Amino acid sequence: MSEPYAIRLEHIWTSFGDKVVHKDINLALPKGEILGLVGASGCGKTVLLREIIGLQIPNKGEIFVMGESLKTISSSHGKRLRNHCGVLFQKGALFSVLNVFENIAFPLRELGVEDEEFIKRLVFMNLENVGLSAKDAWLKPADLSGGMTKRVALARTLILEPSLLLLDEPTSGLDPISSQDFVDLLSGLHQDLKFTVILVTHDLDILQDLCTQIAVLADQQLVAFGSLASVLACQHPFVQRYFHNQRAQRVFGYQAQTQSQTQQGQLNG
Amino acid sequence: MNQADTHLKTQAILEIVEQEAGNSCIRLSGDWTLSNLAIESALQKHIKQAAGDSKLHWDLRSVNILDSATALLLWQAWGQSVPVGLEIKPEHQRLLDKWQSQEVPALDSPIFSVEQTAAYLSQRIWEAFEQLLNFIAILGQLVLDSVNLLRHPSDIPWSEISITIYDAGVRALGITALVGFLIGIVLSYLSALQLKLFGAEIYIIDILGLSVIRELGPLLAAILVAGRSGSAMTAQIGIMRVTEELDALSAMGISHSLRLVLPKVIALTVSLPLLSVWTSVAALIGGMFSAQNTLDISYQQFLLKLPDAVPLLNVFIGLGKSAVFGLMIALIACHFGFRIKPNTESLGNETTNSVVAAITVVIMVDAVFAILFMDVGMP
Repeated sequence: MSEPYAIRLEHIWTSFGDKVVHKDINLALPKGEILGLVGASGCGKTVLLREIIGLQIPNKGEIFVMGESLKTISSSHGKRLRNHCGVLFQKGALFSVLNVFENIAFPLRELGVEDEEFIKRLVFMNLENVGLSAKDAWLKPADLSGGMTKRVALARTLILEPSLLLLDEPTSGLDPISSQDFVDLLSGLHQDLKFTVILVTHDLDILQDLCTQIAVLADQQLVAFGSLASVLACQHPFVQRYFHNQRAQRVFGYQAQTQSQTQQGQLNG
Repeated sequence: MNQADTHLKTQAILEIVEQEAGNSCIRLSGDWTLSNLAIESALQKHIKQAAGDSKLHWDLRSVNILDSATALLLWQAWGQSVPVGLEIKPEHQRLLDKWQSQEVPALDSPIFSVEQTAAYLSQRIWEAFEQLLNFIAILGQLVLDSVNLLRHPSDIPWSEISITIYDAGVRALGITALVGFLIGIVLSYLSALQLKLFGAEIYIIDILGLSVIRELGPLLAAILVAGRSGSAMTAQIGIMRVTEELDALSAMGISHSLRLVLPKVIALTVSLPLLSVWTSVAALIGGMFSAQNTLDISYQQFLLKLPDAVPLLNVFIGLGKSAVFGLMIALIACHFGFRIKPNTESLGNETTNSVVAAITVVIMVDAVFAILFMDVGMP
């Protein structure tokens, strides 16, 4: 594999009518990283995620997923590429007419797998991987709690072991315990499966505990991109407000303090 | 080592390699993922064939990516075991070990017993009874709301009523006129053929007038409104359930009945009789047009004879019937709307149930009217 990047965004411009959402966004995410995409509500994070998935087309610019340009890719090749990408939507997007087992088995059946024993083994293994039991397999999505819905959706997303995982606010609506469980689960699966993750989040704990890279969207642009330490050092007013407010201080307290000491040292030096 | 056969596929590669001692070795390399194998189904066949030969030696050291699904596929092909002398990377060996140790829960096949069948039937009967109770509750609440509004007229939701009259009435004018006109033509043509046989062409006015004004006009308008507006009302309330708008109304202390049910009931009770007149007029125009072409009955003759053929009482029966149809359609639509659970399956089912129930009830009410007013309004 010559392409070292899972995702490359080149000069992305997006607008809805007169409203410009993205202004010349450039980003290259190496494979195996976990990127947290943050920004104010309505700044276009989910729109950017939808553009990477291919659900929306930017007005200008080019998106490369696993080295393939979404602009020029053929439909058959695009379908193959989608098998390598897993998407977890904010509300799970489970099919309400199917039970948990059939929801998780859905991508396998779509791929043409007919061996029921094979499907059964894979589904139960994925259920176990996401911390659910076999008896949960027969529940309908309407009977699941928020945390369970996210776990089932993750199991469905991971059944084909995608090399790129896109998550839209994976911990929104979860209590702190479920949220931490989800982070631990994702972290463990990432170690085993080595996939690249892009997640849109407002959860500062996730940025701290899970993300290896952080991208900050503000003023229609990508104002910071890099490790947590480098983002904390960014002087952009939005980044300052987002990462250095009282709440963020409680989460990033140690790093922020260390970072400001380093900066102070550099200034003095 | 001589390469005997190569099945080069996009990314997953299977080679049969002849070794020095005359033994063969299956060498896998590249990316062995389920999505790759799904494209190249021949590879799966080769795997199964090769796995049947116990003398073959397996070498998976060159495999770059092996996903859990493909590991399962290989493990199943090998007869749920690992072949002797398998050469594999440790991280891939772990996947095979995982399948080796997996305990698959047995799937309980559904058993149908007499008790279960009885329980199922009693549940269905209870559900039907519950539906009836809910319907009566909506009706009762409607009466209470109406009494309350008579005492406090300022609380009447005029804007909701007028919006619903516009949506269910004004916007249905086109389709009801078209269907009425075409039905009038069809009815007139078919009757003309029979009447010509007996030389009773003039009775086309009696047949058309009575059947359209008393029966077909109100029924056609009601069926169209049940399909068009009834389904929309059910889906609207259902979506409000999904998006928690119903809960928001309750939390604000606003009655669902007053804000959602009553405006729909009033709007349809008012607009359906008017739509029924409109549909009847369109059907009579269609019938007149056809009568002139087939039976040489002029428009003037048709219009002059119509009041004699159809006593005015029939118009009032049609109007009264339509008002009841409107009331029932709106109530049924709201009843099924409130039954919708926050999932897409329920939304589809209850919307279908709403339309089917509304049309059935309309026909039942029509039958009741036909029996009750059997001797009323006949020329």
